[in-house]
Amino acid sequence: MPDRSQAPHIKDAIEYAITLKKPEIFTLDNGVKVYNVNAGTEEVVQIEWIFKAGNWFEKSNNLASATNFLIKNGTSKKSAYEINEYVDFYGAYLNRSCYNETAVVTLHCLSRQLESLLPMVQELFLDAVFPEEELHIFRQNMKQKLEVNLKKCDFVAGRKIDEFLFGSKHPYGVYSIEEDYDALDVDALRNFYATYYQQGHCSIFSAGILPANYAQLMNGFFGSLPFNQSSIVVQEHSIVPATEKKWNIINDPEGVQGAIRIARPFPTRHHPDFPKVQVLNTLFGGFFGSRLMNNIREDKGYTYGIYSFLVNHIHGGAWMISTEAGRDVCEATVNEVYNEMQALRDGNIDPEELLLVKNYLIGTLLGDLDGPFHIIARWKNLVLNGLDDSFFYHSVDTIKNISAEELKTMANKYLQPEDFYELVVV
Amino acid sequence: MLDNGLKVLVHIDQSTPMAVVNVLYDVGARDEDPQQTGFAHLFEHLMFGGSVNIPDYDEPLQVAGGENNAYTTNDLTNYYCQLPSENLETAFWLESDRMLSLAFSKKSLDVQRKVVCEEFKEHYINKPYGDVWHIMRELAFKEHAYRWMTIGKELSHVENAQLEDVKRFFFKHYTPSNAILVVAGNVSVEQVRELAEKWFGDIPSGEKYKRDLPVEPEQQEERRMTVHRKVPADAIYKTWHMCSRLDDDYYTTDLLTDILGGGASSRLYQALVKEQQLFTGINCYHFGSLDAGLLAIDGQLVKGVDIKKAEDAIEAELDKIRHGLVDERELQKVQNKTESVMAFEDMSVMNRAGSLAFYELLGDGEIMNTEFKKYQDVTVHDLKRIANVVLQPSNSNTLWYLAEN
Repeated sequence: MPDRSQAPHIKDAIEYAITLKKPEIFTLDNGVKVYNVNAGTEEVVQIEWIFKAGNWFEKSNNLASATNFLIKNGTSKKSAYEINEYVDFYGAYLNRSCYNETAVVTLHCLSRQLESLLPMVQELFLDAVFPEEELHIFRQNMKQKLEVNLKKCDFVAGRKIDEFLFGSKHPYGVYSIEEDYDALDVDALRNFYATYYQQGHCSIFSAGILPANYAQLMNGFFGSLPFNQSSIVVQEHSIVPATEKKWNIINDPEGVQGAIRIARPFPTRHHPDFPKVQVLNTLFGGFFGSRLMNNIREDKGYTYGIYSFLVNHIHGGAWMISTEAGRDVCEATVNEVYNEMQALRDGNIDPEELLLVKNYLIGTLLGDLDGPFHIIARWKNLVLNGLDDSFFYHSVDTIKNISAEELKTMANKYLQPEDFYELVVV
Repeated sequence: MLDNGLKVLVHIDQSTPMAVVNVLYDVGARDEDPQQTGFAHLFEHLMFGGSVNIPDYDEPLQVAGGENNAYTTNDLTNYYCQLPSENLETAFWLESDRMLSLAFSKKSLDVQRKVVCEEFKEHYINKPYGDVWHIMRELAFKEHAYRWMTIGKELSHVENAQLEDVKRFFFKHYTPSNAILVVAGNVSVEQVRELAEKWFGDIPSGEKYKRDLPVEPEQQEERRMTVHRKVPADAIYKTWHMCSRLDDDYYTTDLLTDILGGGASSRLYQALVKEQQLFTGINCYHFGSLDAGLLAIDGQLVKGVDIKKAEDAIEAELDKIRHGLVDERELQKVQNKTESVMAFEDMSVMNRAGSLAFYELLGDGEIMNTEFKKYQDVTVHDLKRIANVVLQPSNSNTLWYLAEN
């Protein structure tokens, strides 16, 4: 019978050497860079075409996301249905997503179907036509979806906290209202498409088991498109944060929970404190064993879950705490968040707790590098933020070597209640 | 299999530095007492509140560089963790101790009751359309335990849970003979055999739980219900009784839902969202449950559309699939899609470990490798036959979920 009171011996995760496999990179004739992680156990591929076409570049609200969404809803030769049927027939997924700086078209398919699908993707970048009727349906459905979402306290809280941090005119703080959808018109979409997709700035990230002639294939379909021919004018947007720091909003008088967001501005990955604060954040509220979770969920049962995280945009970010708590315990929850900040500013972190967080972080990092899709995701993040793997290795070193004292310094620098916006939406 | 009845499966993948330990218990919300619903799920929370020799589950796992989670369905409860393979034994130590016995801490029960109540509120009360499946399950099932959701029928069932109930539930269901252990990743068969014997071998086998659930009587006539709620738009929910996950017709039924509602080129989406513009979105799916369960269609109406007209339009599509034959190309499309979904699901070791445990529960882990063949064998005539068996008005439950005013 084993001695169950004794934990088995472990190898500390921080003793592991972690390597981030480098991607292969080739450049198409038009200068588009293609990053590839050619690996995996399944015969599948993921390719992302990333355009500098996020809402940072739009002149009117929702223009970037509407263009991105409708890019596969019709070309001069094929209807939206024909495009969808074609993609589905090959068992593929063609998704699009729009972010602040970038807009992405993603293809997932079995490796052997790739050659049949690439011409279709090429057609979308050459010849999307944005039919009036498709915009009409999009507008109608999005407005209704927005109306449903506005009934949810967490949705409302998420919009408002971004507005407080960045201002309602800033790409990171702006949000949709019904009228924005009404104001969209196909000419604006077609113009945005021409500038930011057809003649836009593109980079490509692929992962999975790629065919032997992959470089040739990609160059054939995408190397002669007029991408990356002129540099994109980077627009400046100034951050206008709210002057009032504390907000209470009643969205649903009968609501049984409140959505709580507590957040402060925080610099980008380029700031020297960033890797250190990543560790501090983990300990504070970044995982299931964090102080916030232990106190507010596991000890008091105020919430199903509470997390803190760094909001990483390319030009600026935030440090945010987010939870939904019982309506009658929202105030107590907010107070406990501040108590935990104070404990980190004033108290000393126990070496065991610090080692736990370090091992956890390295352990999850090892797990996160499992498989080509995860590895390319890391690289995409680095490349789009103008970083390389030295940032990755520096972060790993920081996790392994940071001291309790350094974390306390970070807590005193950044976890000051007066710097935080505080919002409760019922 | 160990002498105490615990089934152990190993899946080796040396391309990863990690190991996954997945423990599936053959107990879900369907095994609950109708007066004590939500218990299997509450219990899942309590499994993290300390076991007989180890005060806290999460902490030692995190120290070993691991992370974990769990979920409960109407059919089963699954726990999984991933950690660097050198620390595999830590996972054996933790999982075996909580299979041996929980600590049954009063504090943990008190706190987790509250946590689950907040989970209940967050997902089912404080969200528009959040109570739909509470209503629909009760409408569709009269006898079978699928008539309540895993979160529980009502908050009070969870609020009233007592420590004695927790103990009884544990010793009835959390035994080696009701569990399947899958170890995957950078491991060897010998190592797993040795560790399994060492840590799980001496756990008493307990009594094998014999499931004896009431069979849902065949539905004889159409059921309908209308509710009014504070939501922005009307919605319609329809369900039909279908076969179990273990039935040979499952594969045809699965493909039938894909043809009707699987993505942007599916029939319902194309006809009702794009062409007729009656719905802002519409889905067709099933629950894949181990006992005979439900096939469902749900859609949110474009404001101003008459709900009767919207329902008639759904019926017109169902009529087509009952009376005509699906195109061969359309069938091949959903078969191709299924092949690709399976390949993508198998990307991570964690998913493969979970699937293996699930297929073993179905009867044989090997099914995982042979199942696609069953999808390939489905014919357009099978689709027509199943559409006629399942999608009959007398077998249907319809909920009109209307906006107040």
